[in-house]
Amino acid sequence: MADQTTSTGARIQVNLVGLSKSDYRGNPSTLCQGCGHNSISSQIIAALYEMDVIPEDIVKFSGIGCSSKSPTYFLNRSFGFNGLHGRMPSIATGALFADYTLKGLGVSGDGDTASIGMGQFKHVVRRNLRMVYIVENNGVYGLTKGQFSATAEKGLSLKSQGNNPYMPVDIAWEALVGNATFVARSFAGDPKQVKELIKAALSHEGIAVLDIISPCVTFNNQDTAMHSYQWGREHEVALHELSYVPPAEDIVVEYEQGEAIEVTMHDGSAVILKKVSREHDPTDRAAAMAVLEEANRCECLLTGLIYIDTTKPSLIEQYHLVDTPLNRLSEDRIRPKPETIKMVNDLMF
Amino acid sequence: MSPVAPLVLDEPLVETSDSVNNFSITVATVNGSGSQTSNLTILRALFKMGIPVSGKNLFPSNIQGLPTWYTIRISRDGFLARPEEHEVVVAMNPATFARDLADVLPGGVFFYADDIKLAINRSDIVAYPMPVKQITKDSGAPSNLRDYVANMVYVGIVAQMLEIDLATIHLAINFHFKGKAKPIQLNWDVVQAAAKWAAENLEKKDAFRVEPMNATQGYIMADGNTAAALGSIYGGVQYVSWYPITPASSLAESLNEYLPILRKESDSDRKTYAVIQAEDELAAIGMAIGAGWAGLRSMTSTSGPGLSLMTEYAGLAYFTEVPVVIWDIQRVGPSTGLPTRTMQGDLTFVAFMGHGDTQQVILLPGSVNECFEFGWKAFDLAERLQTPIFVLADLDMGMNQWMTPPFKYPDVPMDRGKVLWEEDLERLGGNWARYRDVDHDGIPYRTIPGNRHPHAGYFTRGTGHNEEANYTEDPVVWHDMLERLKKKYNTARDYVPGPVIDQTEGAEVGIIAFGSTEPAILEARAQLARMGIKTDTMRLRAIPFNTQVQDFVRSHNRNYVVEMNRDGQMCQLLTIEYPDKGSDLVSLAYTDGLPLTARRVREMILADMGMTPQEAH
Repeated sequence: MADQTTSTGARIQVNLVGLSKSDYRGNPSTLCQGCGHNSISSQIIAALYEMDVIPEDIVKFSGIGCSSKSPTYFLNRSFGFNGLHGRMPSIATGALFADYTLKGLGVSGDGDTASIGMGQFKHVVRRNLRMVYIVENNGVYGLTKGQFSATAEKGLSLKSQGNNPYMPVDIAWEALVGNATFVARSFAGDPKQVKELIKAALSHEGIAVLDIISPCVTFNNQDTAMHSYQWGREHEVALHELSYVPPAEDIVVEYEQGEAIEVTMHDGSAVILKKVSREHDPTDRAAAMAVLEEANRCECLLTGLIYIDTTKPSLIEQYHLVDTPLNRLSEDRIRPKPETIKMVNDLMF
Repeated sequence: MSPVAPLVLDEPLVETSDSVNNFSITVATVNGSGSQTSNLTILRALFKMGIPVSGKNLFPSNIQGLPTWYTIRISRDGFLARPEEHEVVVAMNPATFARDLADVLPGGVFFYADDIKLAINRSDIVAYPMPVKQITKDSGAPSNLRDYVANMVYVGIVAQMLEIDLATIHLAINFHFKGKAKPIQLNWDVVQAAAKWAAENLEKKDAFRVEPMNATQGYIMADGNTAAALGSIYGGVQYVSWYPITPASSLAESLNEYLPILRKESDSDRKTYAVIQAEDELAAIGMAIGAGWAGLRSMTSTSGPGLSLMTEYAGLAYFTEVPVVIWDIQRVGPSTGLPTRTMQGDLTFVAFMGHGDTQQVILLPGSVNECFEFGWKAFDLAERLQTPIFVLADLDMGMNQWMTPPFKYPDVPMDRGKVLWEEDLERLGGNWARYRDVDHDGIPYRTIPGNRHPHAGYFTRGTGHNEEANYTEDPVVWHDMLERLKKKYNTARDYVPGPVIDQTEGAEVGIIAFGSTEPAILEARAQLARMGIKTDTMRLRAIPFNTQVQDFVRSHNRNYVVEMNRDGQMCQLLTIEYPDKGSDLVSLAYTDGLPLTARRVREMILADMGMTPQEAH
């Protein structure tokens, strides 16, 4: 980071690509004061600024709901597509083929992902599309004023809705079972961890699912509700202390031998997972399943990097595309030559 | 084997002008028995003999076991609509034997597998038994392969008895098996054995036969789905997302077949395209829209039920102005309907596809050749108009083999539409807005992801937006946005293919049709002309209509709108467009799942004129 002098003589701080934090901002949020989603938007801005990402290299995606509005509150310079309810994954699966140098950053909600969009969610996960898939999970439909979502815990009581009679969908679990290559859970009330996880997710060459408990201050923030700030603060158990180390930077995080796990990412960056109170190897799928199962039983908010596999190829890698982004190919490379038409007619009877 | 005694006819048959190169062959088989290979072999052999032919596969929604009929029309005059009369019938299916026998025209011919032990109770036809099992065995085919080649027996016998050139049969088999020596030899051996058996054992007692002609030169034979796929490739398709559905699957499968051949990079095996089988049609169209938005020539293909699922995203693509091409190979609806039968039933659905005020642009190919042409044109239109382009073919056109003029290389360079790249934005000083009508044609400019100019990005949303693509609920902005979209739709009138009009001196009535009904219309028109009824025809090729359509409608005081559906959907659309001509637009709509016949068209027109078919004759 460095200081830069503007035309008016004011000094502003810029990152390595010469951008200030304001280059990463979006429009003012129209969500409620205190909404967890706003906190996540701030961490997205901070993470991208600190990672020196050029906004034009990111494409934003979302579906429908409060969460899906949030891509307008960060990265105004990036392209974005606010698609249909539950159908963000398909738009991203098409768009990201157009220019493989672009990285997808999707924001969905628990209604958008775990109800109407469960199908597309599971399929984008199994295809391993290179994108960050954030679920801002608050257990409730905010934009339609307070109905239960599919992640609401059984027995949750909501105003004018009564008691929720159904078992919840566990998004991290669904991602893991669906062969996701990066699964994390976090809490909007733990912004530092959210930011570090976003950085790690952006460095991942595949689908990175971040299930972030993001309280709805208007409809589901009772102290006893599992998606509330109070409950989260009291029940959060971090799997580890997580820090992201950019590529070409010396690892300065200090830890004793055996006290931390270091995961090297494709771009040369690393995620350091410092042991807090327990052992967890996020490259071990069975261990990841066990930890989620345990989280359900202990009724705690288990956060951190649950699972990561850096060995699987991403969707687009498997298509062996040419070096030039597809959307920049000239006519002569996508329309067969005139002389081929005879061959085609000869191929017919 | 002993020679078979021919049946004695009530009256001896004489060869008439109608029994040479002018009859139909209907083959009744069991689905999944390999009969498609045999039927296509006969069809292609006749085509190679220079005789105009068409083939219609009437098949069940089933993998194996249900009855299937294949009708080949042989017409020296080139009338190739589905025939309703069965002059020559080949009966291979015990389950439909009685019905197939009853269907033979008096004086017709009945070939039947002799292991079907059912009585031939007609004396007004010629019946030839076919020892299918014996000939298959005698051909030397290995026992484990006999079931696969048994249907080649009727190919050999029918060829022998109708004088189909065996050399052309060999050409057809060679084509079908793509030059693979083993299956070619196996099938050819059966054909030869069967032909030889017929020559030695059957005495020709009927008058039907074929003679070589020179009427198919300059034509190829292909199906519409293959043509659509090839046309799309010549349109530079870059992204295909699809979900399997009858009768559209073979379109995407053809893309998978031909893309690797036609889009080879000269110096590597890396790809300039992607084909992805989606989890459902909701995702298939979502992916295609994502790719179209991001600047790829993008498409999906489906049929009615899939289209129903695509409706939500189709509405969004209309409103957010995303180029994408959607092929609808129409089958019979409503609901699951008849998945293997044909219809023109999705017209009004697609024309307004989406909630709120939605107007979609539709192309209507009328031949296999036009499937190719619209294959590449659809991308030009989608990118020029920044809107979904729906191409509506149907099962008959998509899946049956048709004689068609060869595919023509696109005669114009690609039209990539109004796209601003980095250098354009640099020139404009970054001053642009996604939904601003700069050129007053309703078509704005767009940037596409990957454009690294700091002012390139914008946020696409299905919610209300202003010129800068920002969210707004402003009543004036909303009103103006919808009006501009309407203006763009009107601009489209001059871009889409105009109608094909054929006029007759002194004609007062017009026939309006579109799509795969063309052969039935042409034939009916010729029949009407012989009766002294002059007609003009207009084959519509796109919605919205241009001024030529309007002029045609206005210049006739009676317009018959012929289509394969119940409600007269095209007639409805024309009536909406030209309400003052509503009473002069007569809906002649009929749907039973089968391709339209000339007789149906002729009789519907005569009925409106107050004439019975008898009077007219």
